[in-house]
Amino acid sequence: MTVVNASPLIDAHAHFLHAGCGRSDWRDVNAARFRAGDTMGITCHVASVLGSYGFTSPTYFPSPADATSGNDAMLEICAKEGARVRMLVTVNPNHTDHALDEIDRCVAAGAIGVKLLASRRADDPLLDPICELAAAKQLPILHHIWQHRTREWPNQEISDGADLAKLARRHPTVWFILAHIGGGGDYQHTFPAVKDVPNILPDISGSGVDRGMLDDAIKALTSQRLLFGTDLTMETGLAKLRALDATGLCSPDDLEDIRWRNAVRIFGDKAFAR
Amino acid sequence: MIDPSVFIGSYPFRQVPHPEPAILARVMEREGIAHAWVGHLPSAFADNPAAGNTELYGALEPHREILSPAPTIRPDRPDWKTELDGAARAGAAAIRAFPPQWRMAAGDRALADLAIACGERELPVVLTVRFEDLRQRKAADTFGDLTGAAIRALARAGSDVRLVVCAAGRDLIEEVHWGLTPLEQSRVLWDISWIWGPPDDHLAKLFRSMGSTRFVFGSQWPLRLVQSPKANLELLPDDLATAPLGDPAAMFD
Repeated sequence: MTVVNASPLIDAHAHFLHAGCGRSDWRDVNAARFRAGDTMGITCHVASVLGSYGFTSPTYFPSPADATSGNDAMLEICAKEGARVRMLVTVNPNHTDHALDEIDRCVAAGAIGVKLLASRRADDPLLDPICELAAAKQLPILHHIWQHRTREWPNQEISDGADLAKLARRHPTVWFILAHIGGGGDYQHTFPAVKDVPNILPDISGSGVDRGMLDDAIKALTSQRLLFGTDLTMETGLAKLRALDATGLCSPDDLEDIRWRNAVRIFGDKAFAR
Repeated sequence: MIDPSVFIGSYPFRQVPHPEPAILARVMEREGIAHAWVGHLPSAFADNPAAGNTELYGALEPHREILSPAPTIRPDRPDWKTELDGAARAGAAAIRAFPPQWRMAAGDRALADLAIACGERELPVVLTVRFEDLRQRKAADTFGDLTGAAIRALARAGSDVRLVVCAAGRDLIEEVHWGLTPLEQSRVLWDISWIWGPPDDHLAKLFRSMGSTRFVFGSQWPLRLVQSPKANLELLPDDLATAPLGDPAAMFD
C-alpha cells in the first residue's frame, strides 16, 4: 500500500547498515527502510553508511578503515538497488588525504555527494580541502548538525547552524545540507543562523515533530530552502510531509520543491537519472 | 480512537502554536480522532493546579462530546482528595500526575495514595515521561524524565491502579513491562507518541513482544504533530497492519 504517491519523493537524508556494524539484524533494518519507503512513495533514498556505527570506531569519528568499509557497503547497495538509491560518501576530515582519496574513489563509482559527521567542527579549516574538492566536482555536502550548540556532548565534535554558516560562506559555490532540523537541539536558533546563507538547505528529518517547527522553517527560509528527509525515523518524515500540507504556508508547487525539486536542483538532473 | 495524551494551554519553555480546544477539535476532526482526554499543560508546573483545573473544565465545556477533562491532582496538597472528588463530579476521564515536575521520586507514598484513590473512583492515572527531547531542553527546564522505577512503583501500588503512560520510548517501556508481573503489566497502557517506527521498527517489535493491545494512540498535541502516531501505524509491517490497539476507556471493565 502506498500512502503518498502523487509525485517523486527524494529522501535526502537516509542511512543503511551493513555486516560490519555489529548488529545481527542489519539486513532487517535495511529491508524495513525499503518497505516503509515504498509505502511512503520514496522514489530515491540518498543515503550514506556511517563507518561501523560505533562497532570498531565511533560513529561520529570513523577510522579511515571503517569509513572505507562503510563506503564499500554503500556502493554494493547502490549497485544492487539501482535508481532507488544514491550514495553520499562518508569521510573523516581529520584524515585529509584519505578523505580526498575516498571522495575521488566513490564519486568515480557513482556517489553524488559527501557526508560529514561530527568528526571536526564545521568551521574548522580542515574541512576546506574537502569543500574545495566538492566544489570542483559539484558535490553537495550533508553535514551533521546539533541545532544550537550550547555545550560539548560526548562522542561528537558538535556543530550548529552558525558553525556551518561560517563554512558555507567560505565556499559559496558548494551546496550544504544542514542535517535534521528535528534531530535534537533548538531549531529556532538554526533558522536565523542560516537565513542569509543561501547555499545552506536544511533537511526536515529527525525524530522531533514539534508543532511549529515546519512553520518556522518555511517562514524563515521559504520552501525553496528545505529538503525532505527521514534519517532514523521514517514515520516522522511521513508525518512532516503531511503536516507541511496542513501548515497553509505551502502551495502545491512549494510542496513539490520540498519533496524533490530542491534536491534535484542541488544534486543536478543527472544524479537521479536511471 | 481515543487520544489520552493531549493538552490545552501554554508550555513554559517554548511557544506552542494555538493550544486551544477549538483548534484541537478541528485537528481531531481532520485526523479522524473520535475523543481525547485533555490535560491542562500549565498545571503540570503549578504548585496548586486547582485554578488550572477550573480553567480546564470551562474551556472544554463547549466541546464535551469529544473532549473529556483529565485534570491534574497534586497529592502533596492538603486538599487533594477534595479536588479529586471534584474532578470525578466534573466528569474527568482520567487524572494527570507529573512526578518529575513535582520532584517526587520513585516510591513516593503520596503518589501511591493518589493512584489508589483514583483506582477506587475508576479513574486511570495519566503519566507523562517527557514533554520535549532531552537534547532541546532549555537551561531553565531542570526536570528529568519520569523514571521506570517510578512507573513500576505505581503499577505495584494496588490492584485497582490503572496507568496510561505517555511519551515513553522503547527502552523505558521494556524496562517497566518486563519488570512487572503479568497482573501488574495488565494495569499499564502505553501511548505510541514517542516510539520509533521504521527502519528500526521499535513499534513493531513492541507489538510482537508485548501485544498490540498494551498500546494506545497518543499524539502529545499541542507539543507534537498529531500526524506522527498515525504515520507510525500506517508504516507497520503488513502482518501488523490490522493489529488492534488497547482502549484506555475500558481499563476498568
